[in-house]
Amino acid sequence: MTMPFYVSPEQVMKDRADYARKGIARGRSLVAATYAGGILLCAENPSVRLRKISEIYDRIAFAGVGKYSEFDQLRILGIRAADLKGYAYSREDVDARSLANNYAQILNQVFTHEMKPMEVEILVAEVGESQSGDRLFHLLYDGTVIDEGRFTVLGGEADAIVERLRANYEEGLDRHAALQVCVDALSEPGHRLEPGDLEVAVLARGDGRRAFQRLAESDLAALLGS
Amino acid sequence: MSLPIFAPGDDPGPSFADLLRRTGGAPPVPGGPVPDVTHATTVVALRFADGVIMAGDRRATSGNLISHRTMEKVFPADRHSGVAIAGAAGPAVEMVELFQLQLEHYEKVEGVELSLEGKANQLSLMVRNNLPAAMQGLVVVPVFAGYDLRRGTGRLFQYDVTGGRYEESDFATTGSGRLHAGTVVKLGYREGIERGEAVDLAISALFQAADEDSATGGPDLVRGIFPTMAAITAEGFQRIEEGEVAERFRQLVDRLSTPEGTASVGTAPTMGGGGRP
Repeated sequence: MTMPFYVSPEQVMKDRADYARKGIARGRSLVAATYAGGILLCAENPSVRLRKISEIYDRIAFAGVGKYSEFDQLRILGIRAADLKGYAYSREDVDARSLANNYAQILNQVFTHEMKPMEVEILVAEVGESQSGDRLFHLLYDGTVIDEGRFTVLGGEADAIVERLRANYEEGLDRHAALQVCVDALSEPGHRLEPGDLEVAVLARGDGRRAFQRLAESDLAALLGS
Repeated sequence: MSLPIFAPGDDPGPSFADLLRRTGGAPPVPGGPVPDVTHATTVVALRFADGVIMAGDRRATSGNLISHRTMEKVFPADRHSGVAIAGAAGPAVEMVELFQLQLEHYEKVEGVELSLEGKANQLSLMVRNNLPAAMQGLVVVPVFAGYDLRRGTGRLFQYDVTGGRYEESDFATTGSGRLHAGTVVKLGYREGIERGEAVDLAISALFQAADEDSATGGPDLVRGIFPTMAAITAEGFQRIEEGEVAERFRQLVDRLSTPEGTASVGTAPTMGGGGRP
């Protein structure tokens, strides 16, 4: 009779976490920062069709890094849940916190029960009536939720980018300055990212019902002065 | 809120109506005739040089009673299109809400907007799905209009109760006063009509429909209630200010109340004399 190999639970979890982290580190990173007029989301993404940042609901945006097919599936789930909730109750009742909790459940479920964890890190951002109402929920591959303050970084290079961001970020920046700071943080020293390498969107406060706006490459070129 | 997860073969894709059906939220079909529901009446849409004008009266009736004086019948469907409704008010407003959601849901899931034609077909499908309810008296017949960004022109779609979709080139009307309103627009319409004239024409059409059809509400000068109107152009859906609508109605009423404005009844024929000296 053959005995199955014993693998300690710690080891199983560690292996899965390593696997997920490695998958995420292969992709490029993403920065989200609050500014005076809302929240700016900025990703390094040379593709204009396969997007990392998108709209979930009136004041809520989604961003993901890692494996595209996995975070895109989560994005669609979020849109469905938000639209159904808004239809059943009211548009005001849809909020980022409960959406983030739902995501956390799924990510956790997959992490502990499935063969393979999701190789994604996602962000649920909500713009409030005032800057104090802005929310950034950062979710890790295992369902850990982090309620971030002013800015957050998703992806493999996060530590280095956070450091660069912390050096230049201030509260109450305008959109233009916030974009500069985010692009500088995302760019490796000595190689500044071009508008064509970026995907940028904002959740603009008090700008009609749907706060989500993409910035086109031409807008970016004008703002970044290149 | 929980996340609705589907097996790959059962996925509703970008359709919100399908999603609602899968999650058990679709409205029930009445088992028998529904008595005396509130009805919304006349709406008009016409094409002008820069896009489309939509207008709707404000009255809702239940049988011979007026149940609402300030009803809205012209709604934005999304940035560049609008939908106006006539028929059973409850299901009609519900249909508009679902239609708006459907367009936005598609746009968010797919990352691109539907074409104007695609939107018109979606609405057609919703009207057709309402057919069992329509057979019980809950008829909803919308008009859909929008600015087609790909073709650079305004377009109009009229429907029938079975979901039949008919594209109209100049104007579209629906509701109990549609015949009178349609005739007025038809007589005053020219290709390439300017915005001001088009608004006046729509106002005149609603006024005449209200004059002949008891279920259509005219301008309520006492309470200051006027039809709702919107213009859809390349810039998008924009409501026409109530002040402007009120002013144009006043001008129309002034024109009609001058002696030249009313149809002359002429001199009564005389009997005696017979032309002989």
